[in-house]
Order: sequence, then structure tokens, then C-alpha cells
Amino acid sequence: MTGTGTVESALRTRLDGGGRCLVPYVTGGLGGDWTSTIQAVAAAGADVIEVGIPFSDPVMDGPTIQAANDRALGTGATPPGILDSLRGLDVGVPLVVMTYYNIAYRMGLERFASTLADSGVSGCILPDLPLEETGPWAEAADACGVETILLAAPTTPDARLPLICERSRGFVYGVGVLGVTGVRSELASSACTIAGRLKAVTGRPVLVGVGVGTPEQAVEVSGRSDGVVVGSAVVQRMLDGAGPDGVAALVSGFREALDSEFQTAASHQGRISS
Amino acid sequence: MTLSDPTPDGRFGDFGGRFVPETLVPACQELEEAFIEAWADPAFRAELDGLLVNYAGRPSPVTECPALSDELGLRLLLKREDLNHTGSHKINNVLGQALLARRMGRNRLLAETGAGQHGVATATAAALLGMECRIYMGEVDVRRQELNVFRMHLLGAEVLTAMSGSRTLKDAINEAMRDWVATVESSYYCLGSVMGPHPYPLMVRRFQEVIGTEARRQCQELIGGVPDVVCASVGGGSNAIGLFSGFADSDAELVGVEPAGGAAVGRGVPGVVHGSASYLMQDEFGQVLEAESISAGLDYPGVGPEHSYLAATGRARYESVADDEVVEAFQLLSRTEGIIPALEPAHALAWVSRERVALAGRTVLLNLSGRGDKDVGQMMEILS
Ligand SMILES: Cc1ncc(COP(=O)(O)O)c(C=O)c1O
Repeated sequence: MTGTGTVESALRTRLDGGGRCLVPYVTGGLGGDWTSTIQAVAAAGADVIEVGIPFSDPVMDGPTIQAANDRALGTGATPPGILDSLRGLDVGVPLVVMTYYNIAYRMGLERFASTLADSGVSGCILPDLPLEETGPWAEAADACGVETILLAAPTTPDARLPLICERSRGFVYGVGVLGVTGVRSELASSACTIAGRLKAVTGRPVLVGVGVGTPEQAVEVSGRSDGVVVGSAVVQRMLDGAGPDGVAALVSGFREALDSEFQTAASHQGRISS
Repeated sequence: MTLSDPTPDGRFGDFGGRFVPETLVPACQELEEAFIEAWADPAFRAELDGLLVNYAGRPSPVTECPALSDELGLRLLLKREDLNHTGSHKINNVLGQALLARRMGRNRLLAETGAGQHGVATATAAALLGMECRIYMGEVDVRRQELNVFRMHLLGAEVLTAMSGSRTLKDAINEAMRDWVATVESSYYCLGSVMGPHPYPLMVRRFQEVIGTEARRQCQELIGGVPDVVCASVGGGSNAIGLFSGFADSDAELVGVEPAGGAAVGRGVPGVVHGSASYLMQDEFGQVLEAESISAGLDYPGVGPEHSYLAATGRARYESVADDEVVEAFQLLSRTEGIIPALEPAHALAWVSRERVALAGRTVLLNLSGRGDKDVGQMMEILS
């Protein structure tokens, strides 16, 4: 294992205080105020923020993030444009980019990695780039100090989990449901299961995303995980035109729910995460 | 075997691979193992061969075209995949995959379709084997191939309309993949061409190699050797790779014909979408472009990875034709030979017709991959 990167350090700070991590997802280039939304979301208590770079064919995404992608692309959002806007943006928490592999492939892996680093982006998630294919990208990312976050799914066999965890940087992203992104009315049992399976094999922070859409669901899965990634619920607010303050209010709700469940409980029990 | 096999990680040169969400990786690995095992099992092969003969009507003949050959000044032979049950080459692949799905204990077939021929073939196999079937089809294609939508319904399949993006084949694949991500434990994804993540490009080729194997033998009987040129239309590239496989080790020139509005090899640059690296029509930022073709079956901005490899190595070359040339060719074959082709193989004929001077005196084998029944409604509108 290499030294702890910016993303992992930020998450560990939260965990060391007994809390659980909150990583909201914001679609880059969506609306004129998306960078303000990022700042507001940071102020509302995000530990790390995931910034989506829209792709034309997002096969891991459900209707909400698809609609956000289409709208952003329709108003001229481009990967270099989004990264340019992030450069010099004072957020106060680490940013990770989430996009699909072709965006990186087209720009060239080295160039994409160095552009992320130049733009102040600390990590990267490419959901269609599984472990076996990740080599060339991970090498380029490592060279620029960009943390490559890998996903583990409910279908991942036990023998494969440690391999994914070993190659993942920043945190390990546990996919909470058998399915694509989107808010569900209830937390799938697979969310807690994947969290437990990952925690059993890795010392890296384990966050669960996909299908975590309410503060209650975030609290429930965080009983097993180190925290959550919240995507579609946040993006839906953006699509609804809630603006930076409206989105921040949603994120505050998640923050407060996690803190009241874990921070206080932890200080009572003196729980210190490893 | 005349085409080379991919590396263990599914690479044809720089192309191919397995670029899918982690959720699907174990399913692809399981499929790869199951396919290798089934393909080596004489009982599986015998059952498939039996269906190909007794259900699909193979072997399909090779037909001489005396009148059209005269008109074009060359010798034209057609490999008659249009005579297969369900009306196209797609049934060859589908019967293989449906038997494999059953062997793997899956009872739900999931597929995308463009022209509807793959959807109809999949619905047919599902009916035959008593399986559930769900087909995704873009809204544009649902309209222009409505006859095939009705056929799928008759066969007991559920047809879901893809409303995203260009609402054509590309988007139907996106929706099918999203469904697969959610139902991977019960569904079998029956991909319709030599594309997608490893092992699909290899597996679908294997199931389509029957076209080339038969054609090679038939040409030997008919012309005492191999044709000068072997050509086929290319969408994802399954009918083309099937025919090419029989001639890759010969002197025959291999030509794939793409629509001008969906020329992945002709106008694309390497990219990664739908599970593999291949030539792809995309913008400078990596956003996939929407193809635009008269033919729903070829209206796709990508191409199977092995075609990218054959293009890169120069073993095959790829040409493109415009929609109006296709409309001409569609009528030409109907009028001169009494064969109404599907719009997809009409692309290959349009190329032959345009290049008649360069091809003068040569023998050309063309894959007539499907019949035109599904297209007559659309052609009625275009020609009125
Ligand atoms: C008759 C026919 N030919 C060709 C194609 C294109 O597919 P492929 O390039 O895989 O042969 C289709 C696809 O729908 C088809 O229906």
C-alpha cells in the first residue's frame, strides 16, 4: 500500500472522530450555478465531493443522472470545460471525478490524469473500468497522485474482493444494489451485505453508494460501512432547480442524521475507527 | 479456423477487452467458461446443428445472379441468409446463445434490437425453448420497423421502447445493459452482434462462422475456388465476420460496407463503449455521436472489435455508401433477380453497383444477410 492520499486522509479524519463519511455527487456543468452548488455542499458537511463529468452513454446510471447528463451536455458542458471550472475553486474538501472510461481514453490517459491533478481533483471513479482493465489508467493516475477508486458489487465473488480493495485508493466503493443509480424507497439488504463483506477484508474506508437516497438509508447502511455516496437524490434536487442553497439543505439533512447517530454514539462509547 | 482468436483478455490487437461495470464482470467470466465448455461438448454442438438444419433451414444456398451480373459486368453470387427462418442471419447466433442460456440455467433472455431481426430471432428462440424474453428497441426503430415489433409480440416477447439519446440501436443497448446490471442473476443477455465485452465478440463469431464455412464449400462446388471479392454490410459486424471467417485464409479480398452515417471504421477513432475498445464515431471529447442511417440495423456509431483489428491490419477494408445508393440497390435486386433484400445487405450491393467498373469481370460473393419484408413499409413511404 502506498501512502495515504488526500481523499483517504479526509475520510479518516471524519472516521477518527467517530463519525461517518458523506460523499455527495454533483453533476458537473449542470446549470449555471453548479460550482456554487459544490461550494455550498462542502459547507453543508460533505467530506469529499464527487463531480460527475457527463458522458453520452452512461450504462451504470438510471433516469435521474441520465437526465442530468443530457441537460448538461445539451448546454455545452465538456470535460475540459468542467475541469477548468474546478481549477482554483476554493472548496475546502477533496474532489473526485466520476465519469466513464471513454472520456479519459479519448483525452489520453496521461493527459487526463495530469489534467485532473492540475485542476485540483484528488481522485477518480470510472464505473465501466473493472479491475482487469484498470492497469494502464491506474498507472497514469498513480503517477499524478490521483487516487483511483474501484467499485465492488453485490455479484463480486469473495475471492475477488481483496484484489479490488488492494488496487483501490482513497476508499472502496461498495455498490449497494443490483442495479443502476437511482433513489429507491427502501435500502436493499445488499447494501449492508456488501459493506460487511468489504469491511471484513480491507482497512481502507468502505463507502456504499447506488440506492442510498435518504438520510434514514444513509444511517442504516453506515451501521456497517464507513459512510455513503449520495448521487441521484442530490442530482434530482439540482434538476428541480433547488439552487446551491436548496441542494445544501438536502446535504445538511444527511450530515445531521449521520452525526446524531454516530458522532454522539461514538463519543459515548469512545469508539475510535482504525 | 481462419480468423485468429483473441488473447485470453479478449483482445484482437489493440481492440476488444471487457469494459463493463464490476456488477457484470462475474457474469462475463461465467459466460466465457460456459461457452468454452459448451463449444467443446459434442452433444451441445449436435443439438445446435440439429436446430440449424431442422428448425432454421440451413444450409442456406449460394445463388447465382445471371441478369444482375450481366447488368453490372461482373459475376455476382449471393449467400442466402435471407432464406433462414425468421428472415436473417441473426437466428444462427441466437439459437446458439439460447441453448447456452438454458445450459447455464437461465430462463430469461434479454436483448437489444435495431432492425428488429435480432429481436425477432431472440423472441423466436425463447418461444421455442419456453423462456421469458424482453427486447429493448429504440423509439425511432419501433416506428420504422413496426412489423417486427408486432412479430415479437406474437412470439410472446415483451418489447420495451428506449427513449434516451438517439432512440436507436445504441440506446437500446444502453437500456439492455442497465436491465442486465439489475437482473444479472436471472437474465441471460443475448447480444446480437460481434460486439460487447469479451467473450461476446468471439462467441457470436463462432455461432456465425457457419455462414463462411458453408459458403467456402459452396463456392468450391460452384466456381471451383474462392471468389475474388467477399463483401457484406457491417453494423456491429456479425454477418460480415461470419462470411469473412470462411475466406480469411484465402486470396479473396474482404470488404465490409458501412452506411455513410454510421461509418465507425471509416470515420471513427478508437474508443470504448458497450464493453469493448473499437473504432467509434465520437466527438473530440469522447461523447459518442449519433449515427444516422436509413437502415435501423446499421444505425450504430460503433463496430465489433475484430473488424477494427481487420481494418488496422489491412486484411479487410471498409467502404461506405449513402442512403440514396442503398434505395437504388434495394430496387435493383428486386427488379433484376426477384429477391427483395433487407436494407442492410442492400448496402453491400450498393457498393458493388457503384464499384462495378473496378470490379468488372470479377467474381463477387455478397452476404444477403436478410430479406426485405420488414422494410417494404418504410420503402413505400420513401418511394411514394
Ligand atoms: C438483415 C441484417 N443484416 C445485417 C444487420 C447488421 O448486423 P451485423 O453487422 O451484426 O450483421 C442486421 C441487424 O439488424 C440485419 O437485420
